[in-house]
Amino acid sequence: MKKFTLVILAGALTLITACQKLMPPAPKDEDVLAGTIPGLTPEQEKEHLVGDANFGKIFTKEDGLGPIFVQTSCANCHIGNGKGHPSTGLTRFANVNGTIIDNLLNKGGPQLQQHAILGYLPETLPTEANVFSKRIAPAVMGLGYIAALDDQSILNNADPNDLNGDGISGRPNYVNPTNFFIPQPIHIPYNNQYIGRFGKKAEKITIQDQVVFALKQDIGITSDFDTQDLFNYQSGVNTGDGVADPEVSSNFVYGLVFYMRTLKAPARRNINNDDVVAGENLFAKIGCTSCHIPSFTTAQSDISALSNKTFHPYSDFLLHDMGQLLDDSYPEGSANGFEWRTPPLWGLGLAKDSQGGQMFLLHDGRAKTFDEVISFHGGEAASRRTAFNALSQTEKNQLFKFLESL
Amino acid sequence: MKILLTVTLFLLSLKTIGQTDSSFIKRTAADTSKLKMNMDAVYNRPFLTMGKFPVAVGGYVEANSSYFGTDGVTDGLSFQIPRLTIFLSSSIKKRIKFLSEIEFEEGGKEIGIEFASMDIELHPLLNLRGGVIMNPIGAFNQNHDGPKWEFIERPFSATTIIPATWSNVGFGLFGKYAVNNFVWAYEAYLTNGFDDKIISNPQNRTWLPASKENPERFDESFNGVPLVTTKTALRHRKIGEIGVSWMGGVYNQFRVDGIVVDKQRRVDLFAIDLNTTIPKAKTYINGEWVWAMVDVPDNYTKEYGSKLRGGFLDIVQPILKRKILGWENSTLNLAFRTEYVDYNVGKFTETETNIADHIFAVVPGISFRPSALTVIRFNYRYHWQTDLLGNPAARTAGIQFGFSTYF
Repeated sequence: MKKFTLVILAGALTLITACQKLMPPAPKDEDVLAGTIPGLTPEQEKEHLVGDANFGKIFTKEDGLGPIFVQTSCANCHIGNGKGHPSTGLTRFANVNGTIIDNLLNKGGPQLQQHAILGYLPETLPTEANVFSKRIAPAVMGLGYIAALDDQSILNNADPNDLNGDGISGRPNYVNPTNFFIPQPIHIPYNNQYIGRFGKKAEKITIQDQVVFALKQDIGITSDFDTQDLFNYQSGVNTGDGVADPEVSSNFVYGLVFYMRTLKAPARRNINNDDVVAGENLFAKIGCTSCHIPSFTTAQSDISALSNKTFHPYSDFLLHDMGQLLDDSYPEGSANGFEWRTPPLWGLGLAKDSQGGQMFLLHDGRAKTFDEVISFHGGEAASRRTAFNALSQTEKNQLFKFLESL
Repeated sequence: MKILLTVTLFLLSLKTIGQTDSSFIKRTAADTSKLKMNMDAVYNRPFLTMGKFPVAVGGYVEANSSYFGTDGVTDGLSFQIPRLTIFLSSSIKKRIKFLSEIEFEEGGKEIGIEFASMDIELHPLLNLRGGVIMNPIGAFNQNHDGPKWEFIERPFSATTIIPATWSNVGFGLFGKYAVNNFVWAYEAYLTNGFDDKIISNPQNRTWLPASKENPERFDESFNGVPLVTTKTALRHRKIGEIGVSWMGGVYNQFRVDGIVVDKQRRVDLFAIDLNTTIPKAKTYINGEWVWAMVDVPDNYTKEYGSKLRGGFLDIVQPILKRKILGWENSTLNLAFRTEYVDYNVGKFTETETNIADHIFAVVPGISFRPSALTVIRFNYRYHWQTDLLGNPAARTAGIQFGFSTYF
């Protein structure tokens, strides 16, 4: 009996000490997109977690979901904070007749909500729509750095008339501010408009603009900042989900904004690998960095961990003519159908880990390889595509290795 | 609620008296006849009878500690009392009996009547049952008492596809027929059923347990269409038991005030269960597999799957059966469970790739039974959970230690 008891005690002791060893190890920080920016205070970390819960909240019809919607949660589109999947994509539509743009707001525009709560009719595209833009969700990490950038840093790279003759003519997208926009010292107005820096066509000035828009247009959730709920015009004006508006408070929105502001920037991997280094040099040599600018430095921010920090988005946040192959004919703000904001490339190497093991790149996920992505570059970027095509296969592979390291 | 608590405390106090005055209370041992099947689990429990008091009382309790971590993140050690269950049974008259089972979950956070039915035996092949019944889908839902299992966690498939313990108000028939070494049994019930929470819930997936949160299901049907549950099982005294069951009904409110507002949307579950003991080695094998089909609207989001499937397989090997630590006929077992659930079987139409949303788990364990009524368990659990898109799985592991005992 004594022997048996001893065996049990010894076993228990071994297990207690081995507890940590029996647990799955944490993935390397550089291999995941979740996590906070360095330097947050414990209170800010806690605030981040509040926002994280908001980001993951699954809305139901009792919470005010819909009545028509694209998805039931922020996290369902931005899985693991990464790029979206075609299955969670969305469609914007409008009627464009020459220079007259009708976003068909009285016909369910600007965005299709193809899903509906049980017992309600989902939306279909109105017959009046003649332009359509399919989109997949962008990754959301590192947005705090972009938000902390001053407008001048963006304007410094603008060259709308290509005065430097490099073939690239990026320009900012000046958009009308929302009624809840409060200008900050970083903002520089122009004809009562401000530079958009978020969204595929840089159509949103702040993260809050994007959050309020997405809550409503993607999930059908009204907030203190936009209290008018969605409805399917085919069912009748103001037919709805029966939940009083606003369905979430300003605090909920602020939580989401804080969460996204404090999500870390993706860390790079294998930066000392010879192929990666060679690929990075080629990336600059063939002129990709004319638009995909590697580094910026933030201005002073209310979150000190975001103040005066150098970050590496590989974007200029400007609009560029990307040519016919990427022309969706759908204008946003001052952006034309063929103009797109240079998408940040950070986190590109982890894209497949949030897209089901396969990459779906470009604004609508049509490209599955880096090669394909580059082949769609036209307009101002055509010369860079030509330069890429002139590389040897080894050089191309080195370039891809570099992109995978981002 | 207060009345329920008062009655429970009274019954628990009777049990305490019984432990000090054996002449007042006698234990009715569980019937260990080989004729017993999963469908008999509700009566196949130890009860205490008190003098001439017409009611027998029983129950079980589970308590455990756990230390879990997911991808390097752990919330540390925690202690749980997942359930305390009280049984009351009474033979009202010959061939008429009543049994109820009241469960206190998570320290009283949820209190529910899991079973409260009257059985009238007209013939061994024809019994009437009415009240709150446990729908006989799979085996675990009927035979779920903690002390009977070597594993602390209940199987995923039996709790998240079949929402065990799944019980409803209804009526039905059951019966058994024995010939030579075989016993054949059937059950068929009409009960209240599911509601539309199964596809509108914060779990972000088709989640049948969501209907359990609606207390009104014990009062009225959500849509007036009964849930049909049938099961047939065959047992060979020396080989084991196999059961086949089906449960189906309509989950949505398709008609309001006589006006049709939607089509009838069905939920159907089909389960197969088996258990056997390998004679010489005394290895006990127990498994269950379930398929669920749910008519999810075409325009619903992909997260809510229309086909689900999953199951578990338990292997329990007694390695020592003798007097241990002073307890006669104690048993030390090695146990192993493997389980899998896929909450969303299908493909994305946009990419023609498989929808994932599945969990695979392995659970090795050791259990010690100082008596047949008590089990002390140690489990190590490791599971891989893959999200809807099939991204790299989140890995969770944990150590659990606890006990479960009838009292």
